[in-house]
Amino acid sequence: MTNFTTPSRRSLLRGAAAGGLLAATGLPIGRAFAADLVVGFIYVGPRDDYGYNQAQAEGAAALKKLAGVKVVEEEKVPETIAVEKTMESMINLDGAKLLFPTSFGYYNPHMLKLAKKYPAVRFEHCGGLWTEGAPKNAGSYFGYIDEAQYLAGIVAGHTSKTGKLGFIAAKPIPQVLRNINAFTLGARSVNPNATTQVIFTGDWSLPVKEAEASNSLIDQGVDVLTCHVDSPKVVMETAERRGVFCSGYHVNQAPLAPKGYLTGAEWAWSGLFTSMVDAVKTGKPIPNLVRGGLKEGLVKTSAYGPAVGEAARKQADAVKARFLDSGFVIFKGPLKDNKGAVVIPAGQEQGQTDLRLESMNYLVEGVLGALA
Amino acid sequence: MTRSDGWAATIDAVAIPVLAIVVALVLFGAFVAIYGVDPFAAYGLMFEGAFGSAFSWQNSLLRSAPLILTALCTALPARAGLVVIGAEGALALGGLAAAAVGHALDGANGMVTVTVMAVAAAVIGGAWVALAGALRYWRGVNETIASLLLVYIAIALFNHLVEGPLRDPASLNKPSTPPIADDAMIGAIPGFDVHWGLVTGVLLCLAFWVLIERTTIGFAIRLIGDNQKAARLAGLRLGGYVLVVCALGGAAAGLAGLYEVAAVHGQANASLLVGYGFTGILVSFLARHNPLAIIPVAILIGGIGASGGLLQRRLDLPDAAVLVLQGILFVTILASETMYGRIRWRLPSLVAARRPA
Amino acid sequence: MSNAAEALGWWGVPLAVIGGAIRVSTPFLFVSLGECLTERAGRINLGLEGTLIMGAMSGYATALHTGSPWAGVLVAGLAGLLFGLLHGAICSLPRVNDIAVGIGLMLLGTGLAFFLGKPYIQPKAPGLPAIDLGWWSSLPQVQAALKINVLFVIGVICAPVMLWWLKNARLGLVVRTVGDSADAARALGFPVIATRIWATAAGGFLAGVGGAFLSLYYPGSWSEGLSSGQGITAVALVIFARWNPMGCFYASLLFGGAGALGPALQSVGVTQGYYLFNALPYALTLAVMIIACSPRRTLAGAPGELGVTN
Repeated sequence: MTNFTTPSRRSLLRGAAAGGLLAATGLPIGRAFAADLVVGFIYVGPRDDYGYNQAQAEGAAALKKLAGVKVVEEEKVPETIAVEKTMESMINLDGAKLLFPTSFGYYNPHMLKLAKKYPAVRFEHCGGLWTEGAPKNAGSYFGYIDEAQYLAGIVAGHTSKTGKLGFIAAKPIPQVLRNINAFTLGARSVNPNATTQVIFTGDWSLPVKEAEASNSLIDQGVDVLTCHVDSPKVVMETAERRGVFCSGYHVNQAPLAPKGYLTGAEWAWSGLFTSMVDAVKTGKPIPNLVRGGLKEGLVKTSAYGPAVGEAARKQADAVKARFLDSGFVIFKGPLKDNKGAVVIPAGQEQGQTDLRLESMNYLVEGVLGALA
Repeated sequence: MTRSDGWAATIDAVAIPVLAIVVALVLFGAFVAIYGVDPFAAYGLMFEGAFGSAFSWQNSLLRSAPLILTALCTALPARAGLVVIGAEGALALGGLAAAAVGHALDGANGMVTVTVMAVAAAVIGGAWVALAGALRYWRGVNETIASLLLVYIAIALFNHLVEGPLRDPASLNKPSTPPIADDAMIGAIPGFDVHWGLVTGVLLCLAFWVLIERTTIGFAIRLIGDNQKAARLAGLRLGGYVLVVCALGGAAAGLAGLYEVAAVHGQANASLLVGYGFTGILVSFLARHNPLAIIPVAILIGGIGASGGLLQRRLDLPDAAVLVLQGILFVTILASETMYGRIRWRLPSLVAARRPA
Repeated sequence: MSNAAEALGWWGVPLAVIGGAIRVSTPFLFVSLGECLTERAGRINLGLEGTLIMGAMSGYATALHTGSPWAGVLVAGLAGLLFGLLHGAICSLPRVNDIAVGIGLMLLGTGLAFFLGKPYIQPKAPGLPAIDLGWWSSLPQVQAALKINVLFVIGVICAPVMLWWLKNARLGLVVRTVGDSADAARALGFPVIATRIWATAAGGFLAGVGGAFLSLYYPGSWSEGLSSGQGITAVALVIFARWNPMGCFYASLLFGGAGALGPALQSVGVTQGYYLFNALPYALTLAVMIIACSPRRTLAGAPGELGVTN
């Protein structure tokens, strides 16, 4: 099933590091004779939302520093024909040769349709699942952010006094469930009695509802909050105000909760984007399906906050080291869901490249909540 | 006198909106100038992005297609004196019905499927808005507020069904209904990038204009709109007409949902709900609820939307610049309502006629 | 924190609903009181959603620049006042539809707030203080639920004062007369247009203050998703409250509590149908309107000049 090759991805990322180095040393390679490569970024929300869009925009900001690259950006583009026209406009009017439509709903049918129409333009989508048969000039990238969530779970499990963790999520979709499950498994690896209470708000950006959900969870004795919504700002601020701990998502939210911020699961797109720009400029092939975790540098954890104790740091760092040399699997048997059914039998493992993880439809034992 | 009155009314109908648009553009230019952006650069880019090339024209027309259909949902009831703002709900449920029916008929003939989907979308959309009309007529519930509340309820139902009972288990990270078959998809107009929703919208506008202006039913509707008491005295059955205008308007908005499903997304999901229903209200008011005027107004608003991207990319204006312009435009055009019949257009003939006196 | 660990279980639901009612209701309360005043003078202003958002943005920006959240509240109110004046003035032109102008100003207010608010999404402005009314309880959950913002208290005082004022003050009488019958008001020598303009402006002021509550207290930061239609809902809520300021207060509490019900039920394990729970307040309003209205008479308490109730 998993025929996208890890070696090519690795070499790609090594290229990324090299590209980053070149940029850092300021060598103006090709500035004099190569025409600027125009790269277009499209966001579904505001790009300074302390969340998903900001993580992508930080990657875009890294490209702006490169010589010979021009970045054009458009924010708050809805996932409908509007995004098709934005992509087309970037191609036709701005001369874009590489496009990053960053929201999940841009993939099918919009980006796939445009990729067929403009075979000379490279399309890179965040979160979609490129499959054989889709246009070759399209690709999808995503990070195994559940690895960072697992580490955040370890820290949360160590730090929580009540053993009750809270997770505020937008919708019960596989990417979200994988995070909830990884966070819970991480916490239960240090405190087998820890539970994660989950609340689904129903949409990606509902500040008042997110604040209400935070308060409800805290009232139920939850003392570590984390979330998977577009902008974690409200959840972090509410947790800090109520004096409980919080764990971030998408980008570093430590400035929002200086006392209670433990750590967080962050995206790290700049290296990948830089390598993709490099590949497009030099005509090197880019794998159509790019996935990677801590090891490949696509995700990272926030620096530990002041409330994180020595034991928690040590254990999280130890597991992180195992992630970094590929020796750690989060989802392995025996694993039960929270209704008692076995989802992964004993002796089986689902490594990160296992496509079954991309269609996760259960909550693991220890998660309080249900899929609607 | 009557002849010059007719003249003046015609000139009013053209000159006043054009003047209002010019005023709005000047105000918007002043606004971006304060923000530090050259207003003429902004005007130039807006024209380029909206109508500057074949690509831009198609972009504007494509964006106007759903707006024409949703605007009719406000325009028709308005002619009978009702302010209905419920198009978004009719679009949501119409689109959902189309997607559900389309999937249920999987394997049937494409044309048949599309037809049944269209009927389903129009019936559900029509019934939903007619509900607001019925509440208005039989219970005296204010139709503006009722239609708005029905929007919220429709969206909740839509989300509940799309993410629950009607969800395609294979739609992983974006909960959606199962996709409809390829041969049930409505393609683009041959040679263009624009889907058939535009043609449907234009035809419906023409049909509704004839209905309102040239038939006895339309006469009755206008009479109700002008003066309910007089209409009642004339023996009109108000309830029937109220239901008809609401149902027809809702059906048009339901068809907007159909095209979103069958011409754009291929399934129903949260991407259907991007506010076409609300922008349609704006279009209808700007067109003074005249079905024929809806067409150019929708294209204008579509063009503003189409040019928004260029304003962001080239001038670094926030995306909300489009909202600001729409807001200014809306307010100035509404305020200009007061000018009708109050400007003395100095037609040469009039001037000449007056001179001896 | 060890005592905080004691979960309340199902008791958490009513507590969350009460706490949520207090936290979530304040914007509803201010917008509905503002709209109530405007409608009692015979105009309907659907633009208060835009006013609310504009108030939230301008209040946050002011608090950030001056360091004083109360300056933010004042500026939010003044921004609302300006929008109210604009609405009142435009609608005073003959043949201009107040509902439509409201929708236009909703767009304009939202657009301006998003446009000018971009630089304020990231920075952290000082928030409004809260009064601790839960000091008597040892339960932190109760303490948190009874942490009450001063604006809520002001709103609570405003409601009966406005009720009394409408009934007894001379200006209140003017507002009511203008709202019930413009002809009667003219016969009595009351200034119809001026009264409507300042009633709309004052209503805008209140709605702007409601917006400041959103950005400066709960949830307590500026973002473009801050209002999910509270301004529009509050307009519907006035009808629900039958144009009675105390009714607005009760209805706001009800809506706030209903908004808190969904998350609270999920936190104790009721996980089905959260979309439907979220729509509960709207369904409730519609149901009340259906029951309370009748085609043969105007709604009790409805101002006669209000186009919306004929």
